[in-house]
Formats: sequence, C-alpha cells, structure tokens
Amino acid sequence: MSDIVVIGAGQAGASLVARLRNLGHTGAISLIGEEPVLPYQRPPLSKKYLLGEMELERLYLRPRSFYEENGIALLTSYTAVSIDRSGKQVVVDDRQISYDQLAICTGSIPRHLPQAIGGGLAGVHVVRTLADVDAMAPGFTQGRRVLIVGGGYIGLEAAAVAALGGMHVTLVEMSGRILQRVACPETSEYFRKLHQGHGVDIREQCGLQHLTGDDKTRVTGAVLTDGTELPADMVIVGIGVTPATELAAQAGLEIQNGIKTDARGRTSDPSIWAAGDCASFPYRGERIRLESVGNAIDQAEIVAEDMLGAGTDYVAKPWFWSDQYDCKLQIAGLNAGYTHVVTRRVGEAVSFWYYAGDKLLAVDAMNDPRAYMIGKRLIETGKSPDPSEVADAGADLKPLLRA
Amino acid sequence: MAKITYVEHSGTQHEVEVASGLTVMEGARDNNVPGIEADCGGACACSTCHVYIDPAWVEKVPAKDAMEEDMLDFAYEPDPVRSRLTCQIKVTDALDGLVVQLPEKQI
Ligand SMILES: Cc1cc2nc3c(=O)[nH]c(=O)nc-3n(C[C@H](O)[C@H](O)[C@H](O)COP(=O)(O)OP(=O)(O)OC[C@H]3O[C@@H](n4cnc5c(N)ncnc54)[C@H](O)[C@@H]3O)c2cc1C
Ligand code: FES
Repeated sequence: MSDIVVIGAGQAGASLVARLRNLGHTGAISLIGEEPVLPYQRPPLSKKYLLGEMELERLYLRPRSFYEENGIALLTSYTAVSIDRSGKQVVVDDRQISYDQLAICTGSIPRHLPQAIGGGLAGVHVVRTLADVDAMAPGFTQGRRVLIVGGGYIGLEAAAVAALGGMHVTLVEMSGRILQRVACPETSEYFRKLHQGHGVDIREQCGLQHLTGDDKTRVTGAVLTDGTELPADMVIVGIGVTPATELAAQAGLEIQNGIKTDARGRTSDPSIWAAGDCASFPYRGERIRLESVGNAIDQAEIVAEDMLGAGTDYVAKPWFWSDQYDCKLQIAGLNAGYTHVVTRRVGEAVSFWYYAGDKLLAVDAMNDPRAYMIGKRLIETGKSPDPSEVADAGADLKPLLRA
Repeated sequence: MAKITYVEHSGTQHEVEVASGLTVMEGARDNNVPGIEADCGGACACSTCHVYIDPAWVEKVPAKDAMEEDMLDFAYEPDPVRSRLTCQIKVTDALDGLVVQLPEKQI
C-alpha cells in the first residue's frame, strides 16, 4: 500500500483524504496545512461568519475525530517548503515526509494592493482565510466607513455584510461595471441596484489611486482615480486571486494558468497530482481553472480515485453561489463565449440564461432555485431549450429535462 | 439536545446526540455519518444533504420554505412528503428521537 501525502488542508485536501479512506486505501495518509485550524469552508467567511451568524465550530468541514478515526495524520500549522521529486519527499518546516504518491492542493492567494499605494497600511484587509476575517470583523461596527476595492463576488458579499451592519460603504470597481469578469450586464445591473437600495455607494470605472494613512501606519482614506478623496476607517481588497503554484513550480512541475493537470488530475510528474483552485485542467477542448467549492470537491475525488488506480476523467460541472442581503444567486455552467442573454422573470425571481448561438452555456439565477437546478441539469446533459420557452414566465421548464 | 437516528441506505443505523442550534446536516457531519455530502456546507445551494424523514416525524419537523422545496424537487428521487434538506432543519429539543433515512445517493 502506498504512502500518500497531501499538501494543503483546505476544501480539496480534506475531500481528497476522505475519499481515499472511503475507497478503502489502507496506506499512510498525511495532510499538511499551514493554517492553524482544522480544514474549514471558506464561503461563509464573507457571508454568515462575517455577519456573526455562524460560529467557528460550524465552519469545520469535519470534526477532529474524523481524522483520528480514519488514521489521517493531520499536520496543521505546518508549511511544505519544497518537494524533492527524485527522493520522493516533502520538506515540511523541520522534517521530511516520504511519499509514494503526492497531491498538491494549495489553493490560491489573494492579490494585495501594492505597498507603494498603501497596501501595507493597518486596516487594509484581504478576504481569504479565517485569520483574515477574524482580523477585520472587529472593525465592522455601525457608523464606520469602509472602502471596498473590487466589485467581484467577494467584494460584493463583504459590502453586503458591512451595509447590513450599518456601516457607510463605498465600493470602487476599475472596469466598466461590477462583476464584469464573471457575469453579463444584466446580472451586474441586478446587483448594482440591490446594493444601491441598501445605501452602498457603487462607483464603476473608478479605480483606487492610493490610500492615505495616519503617520503612514493606519489607513485613513483614499484618493480615487477620478480625483475624489474619501475618508475610510478600513479597506477591503477583493481584486482576485492567483493560483498557489510556487511550490510546484520550484519542483519543476509544468505550470499553465495553475499547476497543469490532465483529465485525471495528474501533473507532469507521474507520482504527483493536483486539485482545487491551484490546478488547471482540460475542459471542452480548452484548459481552464476554477475557483469554487464544487470544483475543489469533485476534482479532489477524481484524484483520489486515480491514485488508487480506479480513475475516470474529470468532467467539470461548474456551479457557484453567492449570498447578498436576501438574495441568493446560484450559477450553473460557464458563460465564457456567450453571444446573448435570455431573461426569465417569475414573480420576484429572475434568471439570466447565457447562450452561444442556440447553445445554452450558463444560468445566473437570483432567488430562483428552480431555474438554477433546471439550467444545471440541462447544461450537464448538453440540452439547450428554446429561448422563447425560457423567457415565458408561464412555462414550466421541468419537462425540458425529459425531452 | 436531541437524539437523532440516521439510517443509511444499506440499513446501517447511527444514533447520535446533536446539540440544539446545529442543523440535522451538521449533526451527521460532526458524527461522521456517511451519505450526507453537504457540498455547499448548508447554504441551500446544492441539494446533497437530502434525506427522507421517518413518516412518524414528518408532521413534527418545522415546515420547509419555498427555496428548499424547489431545490428538493431536483434531488435524487425526492418524496413530496418525506424529503427534506437536512441543512435547513435546525435541531431543537422537540426533535429528540428524530429518525431520518438516507437516499441511495446524493446528486
Ligand atoms: C471569502 C470566500 C468566499 C467564497 N465563496 C464561495 C462560494 O460562495 N461558493 C463557492 O463555490 N466557492 C466560494 N469560494 C471559493 C472556494 O472557497 C475555493 O474555491 C475553495 O476553498 C478551493 O479549495 P482548495 O482546497 O483548492 O483551496 P483552499 O480551500 O484555499 O485550501 C488550500 C490550503 O492550502 C494551504 N497551503 C497552501 N500552500 C501550502 C503549503 N506550502 N504548505 C501547507 N499548506 C499550504 C492553504 O493555507 C490553504 O489552507 C470562496 C472563497 C473565499 C475566500
Ligand atoms: S448542504 Fe447544500 S443544500 Fe444542504
């Protein structure tokens, strides 16, 4: 039985080790994570946990007893510093751990603001880890002024939590509109209105020029690219992430928009696999990388199976969600390359259906789980409904699944 | 606190104590009960925490909201009366003795 080591004790790493035991692997399993806590879910960090509606214990993906009972050596607060591929060892701080098979699940790293424009000031936060959120949460008090840099999902979720907490929220987005990178103008407009209705000052096509600080230590405000000066007690930076590939690159593994893997999660070294945010993989003739819980779980499970010799190809079924105020956004599919969007409105529920020609690519559903679930199943099975039917609020779409 | 019995599709039973305030999904997760995947971690976004409530308990479990009902419609072999998403059921003392059956699989 081979000894398996997994680097990165996050969503993918935790799913991978669980799947290995579930499949009957009896060899040693070590899970190495640099964070000081049990593997946990990140989505609530910018949602219920930040709102104070969910306690720490509820974030853990599995209780400590799970790792103990399954003979999984969980090394928290340990950083893998290098991989010795010829000797098949991972160097972890003060020790070396031998492997027969290795998986890299190191996730991604948030982009920071450059130091030169004030990125290093106290009161400037990113939202990636529990420690990040624990550091910013005490500053979320009524009446304080927060500047959010970046109108992606994480920035918007943080804005929603801040607005609900009675803070004065300004959000700047450098590109033409919020969510520009990930969604259609219709979805952007929906969320712009939602936030404006809660008093958030959304400024698009407006970047941050630099932050200003007290004695150059603590942030006090910002100067925007349009020249506006704003006071700010805190700044939250949500300008995207980069895949955590350094360890893999140093070890000489092939990198291509993340650690390059094949359809079974294998890297360019036959003893090393990768999964989750850090890994790119083939998808419909292209190479993509996804940053989502669903991808981390599914890809990790594919890797576990392949490690034990029962591999199948990974067929990604992209899905994502975001909670802002009373709106639950659910997304199925990937919209890249869409040519037009069909709108479906049923009462308060709205969904936007992305098509390339007559092919359905993706659905953004706002408080419309039916549209989301139907869209998801249709996309997974390669079916594309007639746009006129989608747009018809009176039409029940469920029968389309059987068509 | 409530004693909850999770019955796997194979018939294996797991009788565990779950603290009030947690969800029925979290009770399974924290006690290593297999068969409830809960991919979204309780956000009512995935439907992989689906169970069938024992008929004797259907009436005693707080009713589902529209969002849950819609998600359930697309779970694996849902039952209009007994199916629930466990992440949407908060545990209270009133659920002491609850029995839930797990489906053959989660999708
Ligand atoms: C605030 C926030 C909200 C999100 N909301 C959603 C959402 O609503 N829906 C959704 O689908 N996705 C969401 N995501 C994305 C989702 O959480 C990630 O895609 C997912 O966590 C990826 O899993 P992973 O295992 O690849 O990476 P991670 O969960 O980030 O785990 C990687 C782990 O590896 C560790 N690590 C890295 N390098 C080393 C090393 N050298 N040695 C030891 N350990 C190392 C890291 O410390 C980290 O703990 C959100 C993410 C964030 C940050
Ligand atoms: S855990 Fe995802 S819907 Fe219940």
